[in-house]
Amino acid sequence: MQSFWTFFQRELLGMAWLDRLMGHLVAFIGLDPGSPLGGSIRFFLYDSAKIMVLLGILIFFISWIQSYFPPERTKKILARFHGLGARTMAALLGTVTPFCSCSSIPLFIGFTGAGLPLGVTFSFLISSPMVDLASLMLLMSIFGWKTAAVYVLLGLVIAVICGSAIEHLQLEDQVEDFIRRIPSADDAPERLTHRDRRNFACEQVAFTAKKVYPYVLTGVGIGAIIHNWIPAEFIQKLLGTGNPMGVVLATAAGIPMYADIFGTIPIAQALLAKGARLGVVLSFMMAVTTLSLPALVMLRKAVKPKLLAIFTLMCTVGIILVGYLFNFIQFLLI
Amino acid sequence: MKIQVLGTGCDKCDRLYENTCKAVQLLGLDTDVEKIEDLMEIVKSGIMTTPAVAVNGEAVIRNRVPSPSDIAELIRKKL
Repeated sequence: MQSFWTFFQRELLGMAWLDRLMGHLVAFIGLDPGSPLGGSIRFFLYDSAKIMVLLGILIFFISWIQSYFPPERTKKILARFHGLGARTMAALLGTVTPFCSCSSIPLFIGFTGAGLPLGVTFSFLISSPMVDLASLMLLMSIFGWKTAAVYVLLGLVIAVICGSAIEHLQLEDQVEDFIRRIPSADDAPERLTHRDRRNFACEQVAFTAKKVYPYVLTGVGIGAIIHNWIPAEFIQKLLGTGNPMGVVLATAAGIPMYADIFGTIPIAQALLAKGARLGVVLSFMMAVTTLSLPALVMLRKAVKPKLLAIFTLMCTVGIILVGYLFNFIQFLLI
Repeated sequence: MKIQVLGTGCDKCDRLYENTCKAVQLLGLDTDVEKIEDLMEIVKSGIMTTPAVAVNGEAVIRNRVPSPSDIAELIRKKL
């Protein structure tokens, strides 16, 4: 059982066989896979191929599951819960409801219009980009299942705590007025056949691949450089045990960036291999996916600056705390 | 009969608009397909995920881009 699990994680999810194959390929064209140049090429080929294949398979199955949870349905489910229960459900449903920052405004309006409390909406808005099924599978393939499970759990905890705090601060007046003026229209979810769901899943694979491949290639490129050209001592000093501020630094660097989780993983993986601490790497990933300038600009249309600032601050503090916690328990996870 | 494609102008919205126009042709209908890109207009209809197709104000497709024949089938049901 143990060996099957290791095989599943290393060879199927981690695709170690592809790495060996690329090593042979690099050697075949006359480069030493151990040298910085050969190693960079090997890392680039292996990692970009691996991520795109995983992306295709994962997005297909995930979209299939997501087709059962359109936001209209999520909204209805959430209306049945109250208080902390509602915020917890919002965080959980955030992991399966398809969402991107470009649809945050209609979603915000839909939730608010349906009378859902502000805290519930924010729990959803935080959990949705930070923790999703795709990131869970990817993290499993790279850092192992323990790290993936803790990442998801802590992501949900941040979402619930931030949502609860926003609820208790009573910031309802911080929502832009036009959002309240729009009457809540009730829109029943469509009935889909299995064929519709399959077609939707295929569509999502093509669409996501097209959207994220520049991020993946950039991420893998940066990863390849870190992996083969930047000395380990430098990374260790900056982001390893040598620097207690590593988590803060990684979070601050990650916030303004807009990238997909698929693009951040190769960077995270390369940093970790060079001696960066786990918490530093994960807080960077959380910061990139949860907060980004384009997403904040979009959200500013729906909420006033004060609430936007509170939201940003709370997420930042949450991510930093999670980073330190991961550093602290790293020895248990890897 | 009023057929509208709602979306803020992304790649998916454009493809859904094209497919919807083809569907209208397939059905031999004499109606224009209206494109709605204004966010306020979209949210007023209660739609939370775009792109979407609405027939006589009622959403029949959301957040997906079916083939022209599939769209034609959905429109036919509303005729």
